[in-house]
Amino acid sequence: MSVKHALLSLLAQEPMYGYQLRAEFESRTGATWPLNIGQVYTTLGRLERDGLVAADEPGADGQHHYRITDDGRTAVLDWFATPVARDQARRDEVAMKFAFAVTSPGVDVGAVLQAQRRATMKALQDYTRLKRSGDPAEGREELSWSLVVDSLIFAAEAEIRWLDHCEARVRRYAAAPAAPAAAPAAAPPATRAKPATGAEHAEEAAR
Amino acid sequence: MSGYLTFERVTRVHGQGAASVTALRAASLSVARGELVAVMGPSGSGKSTLLTLAGGLDRPTEGTVRVDGVDLRSLTRSGLAEVRRTKVGYVFQGFNLIPSLTAAENVALPLELDGLGGRESRRLAQEALAEVGLVDEAARFPDDLSGGQQQRVAIARGVVGDRRLLLADEPTGALDSQTGEDVMRLIRERCDAGAAGMVVTHDARHAAWADRVLFIRDGMVVDESASEPVDVLLAGDAR
Ligand SMILES: Nc1ncnc2c1ncn2[C@@H]1O[C@H](COP(=O)(O)OP(=O)(O)OP(=O)(O)O)[C@@H](O)[C@H]1O
Ligand SMILES: [Mg+2]
Repeated sequence: MSVKHALLSLLAQEPMYGYQLRAEFESRTGATWPLNIGQVYTTLGRLERDGLVAADEPGADGQHHYRITDDGRTAVLDWFATPVARDQARRDEVAMKFAFAVTSPGVDVGAVLQAQRRATMKALQDYTRLKRSGDPAEGREELSWSLVVDSLIFAAEAEIRWLDHCEARVRRYAAAPAAPAAAPAAAPPATRAKPATGAEHAEEAAR
Repeated sequence: MSGYLTFERVTRVHGQGAASVTALRAASLSVARGELVAVMGPSGSGKSTLLTLAGGLDRPTEGTVRVDGVDLRSLTRSGLAEVRRTKVGYVFQGFNLIPSLTAAENVALPLELDGLGGRESRRLAQEALAEVGLVDEAARFPDDLSGGQQQRVAIARGVVGDRRLLLADEPTGALDSQTGEDVMRLIRERCDAGAAGMVVTHDARHAAWADRVLFIRDGMVVDESASEPVDVLLAGDAR
């Protein structure tokens, strides 16, 4: 995610010092997104270079007060208006490991799956506990924090669903009478012949 | 013995000979008061079997099920019925509402069977219905309720009164995401207040409300996952 835009959106509300920005950021994301003060200043430096924020002269304590520029406001509006692209090249280690486990002889795929399921389930339980510990008389910040926790919860849930799906598919494959486990590796993939699709028929019909 | 509900090597075989199905194999487990345990597993893995045995609705082929220290096998029919009435709140996978009774009457029924006065039963039933977000629907008959509303009536019937063992079979199957979460919160509150709870669910997000999650495969409990207490979680945080 873009820490840059998150900080800009805070500055769009009022000018702030670096340490204030960090505190405001954390109150909205909870323990889920650790951000150190060094990252805040590095990010502010880039924003200033790009003309999206301006720093006031330092006060007596040597701290700069940062304010958003007009270009900065435009950038915030653009950020909110533009959907985030699905990560084109997100490398999911779980999926990767599983792909290799399935094709590695002697690996107990069920055990690999279950170990991952237990770990993800534990994370999901932990997130749920964190969420429950929040004050239900929620102010806006409590709401924003718990929505971030929810996103972790839904992602973990999706992973477990996917693991369940993998397990069902692996079991079905193992149970199939024609399981080609013993088939020679060089056998031509006869069943992979491209089937005629409905779309092709439709195209033909349209001609 | 710390478990309010305990299983000792419980096996349940349906049918005989070649056609027999072992729905549960040598399952051992324990659920204490104050604890909520979730059970997850593929369809046909034995989850409902586990729950019906826990609730005394079915008897094991082998092994021992105890509720509050009492071996269910040692009980007579009426003794078992009494345990079910006084100690067990059960939410069925298929709701099992009585069509000729209103929502409120369905919820009040276990209390009335237990000898509580009609008026007090009605009051507690209304309260339980309110907890699942059904106030205006109390006088309606099951057939006039949506699937999710029927499910919530079944949940209200399961949690009404002071039952110490809550057993719920897919209690959120017909509910949307937020309503399902509200139901888990309710069950969790009952457990925090001292009930022992066991919930069967396909939904990991709902299972995550439990202290422990049991994974069941082909009638066997194969693994479990437990959560850290929240103070440990926060202490581990980088701040
Ligand atoms: N009365 C019965 N007679 C014969 N077999 C039965 C009976 N009840 C259950 N079984 C079998 O026992 C196994 C476990 O069934 P159970 O209902 O416990 O599964 P489940 O995990 O609850 O599944 P689901 O997620 O579909 O509800 C299944 O193979 C089922 O067909
Ligand atoms: Mg079932």
